[in-house]
Amino acid sequence: MAAVSPERSAFSAIVIRDLTLAFRHRGEIANPLIFFVMVATLIPLGVTPEARQLAEIAPGIIWVMALLATLLSTETLFLSDFRDGSLEQMALSSESLWVLVLAKILVHWLISGLPLTLLSPLLGVMLSLPAEGFLTMVASLALGTAALSLIGAIGAALTVAIPRGGLLLSLIVMPLYMPVLIFGASAVQQAVDGMAVGGALAVLGALLAFSLLISPFAAAGALRVSLHG
Amino acid sequence: MARFPEWFHRLGAPKTFYSMTGKWLPWLAGAAAILLCVGTVWGLGFAPQDAKQGNSFRIIYIHVPAAFLALAGYYVMAVAGAVGLIWKMKLAHMVLKAAAPLGAALTFVALFTGALWGKPTWGTYWVWDARITSMLVLFFLYLGVIALHYAYSSTEAASKASAVLALVGTANIPIIYKSVDWWYTLHQPATIKLTQAPSMHPDMFKPLLVMIAGFYCFYALVLLMGTRTEILHRERRTRWVADLAKTGY
Repeated sequence: MAAVSPERSAFSAIVIRDLTLAFRHRGEIANPLIFFVMVATLIPLGVTPEARQLAEIAPGIIWVMALLATLLSTETLFLSDFRDGSLEQMALSSESLWVLVLAKILVHWLISGLPLTLLSPLLGVMLSLPAEGFLTMVASLALGTAALSLIGAIGAALTVAIPRGGLLLSLIVMPLYMPVLIFGASAVQQAVDGMAVGGALAVLGALLAFSLLISPFAAAGALRVSLHG
Repeated sequence: MARFPEWFHRLGAPKTFYSMTGKWLPWLAGAAAILLCVGTVWGLGFAPQDAKQGNSFRIIYIHVPAAFLALAGYYVMAVAGAVGLIWKMKLAHMVLKAAAPLGAALTFVALFTGALWGKPTWGTYWVWDARITSMLVLFFLYLGVIALHYAYSSTEAASKASAVLALVGTANIPIIYKSVDWWYTLHQPATIKLTQAPSMHPDMFKPLLVMIAGFYCFYALVLLMGTRTEILHRERRTRWVADLAKTGY
């Protein structure tokens, strides 16, 4: 990579670095997506292949699976930087840590939430989601997974120093995910039922704005705890 | 930054706190015992029967105080965490450590008694009602704080990390409650309605107040005892704890 020019802000430097790193390990981006599709295959096998019944549960199931897939990828958010010491350097740099954390969260969404959102129509087809629900599903997942990435970052920062902290991360983050799940799945359900979805989507947006406010600071504080005890 | 009166700093020292609260314990224990005995006997034996629910309603004398303190306990824990993080007060972290399992236990009691109450009243142990679901989420939030605390090997990191988590949880509790409420109005089943308690007769209400006061005393007592144990554990290498161990209490 070319030398970082001084005028480039720390934020974009981290974004470019993390995107570069992510594209050199493409497998890690693909894994949550494969998980997403595989679990979608388990539902007809375990519940019913009957289209009408699948359509009834599709909005909730797709949202739950998206949540779990996001959760899977959250563990790696700070892990490699913590292990090789880059995180320590970021904490020592003159830039505010929350700016760098926000950049890392943005990249995390770009490589996990965004692909999940783009892949979700395929799952909609697999689970016979009624046609009216597709647009809202994509919109709600785009907003919702961003909120999930932000909330998950707090958990990832708190557990990064703990060996095998992945399961613990799920335990502490899942209760905080619940409002996003409620409004995301409801938005899709309302679209399927032919009702107005503006309200639920607006609340999702509000949840995103709220997590954008508190999450970078909480995650930066948690990282300092993880780094220095 | 605001200046605190001297007693605040003195109370913040584990040693002072330990010797001071030692004197409060018998009083708290006595108050809790009397209030809980009076409230239980009054509530279970002498309060009038409910017109519709018969005797099964009497479980509110356990259920309601436990639910009260389950929620209040989370805020106790979060405030302790905030004090510990902001003013770097070691004692506050010890209070947090003691408050977490206590709150989780009370949340469990509230859920459990609620389920027992549900069986005779609505014919089922569990319904996905808004309040029950919120209580379950609160239980999960407590479990997260406890699990995080135990996962760290360093006490200091454990304290700070669980304080951060408790604070994040506090910011989220109103959101979680409101969204679960909203979710419930969407899916409200027609058969069961338990959102609005009917106004209570004073004869039923008075023992409940006694029980709530008793539970508060009990909570304070157990919280203090837990904190004192934690103080002894974390200060075990100091001289005053060694002296205490030699001379007894």
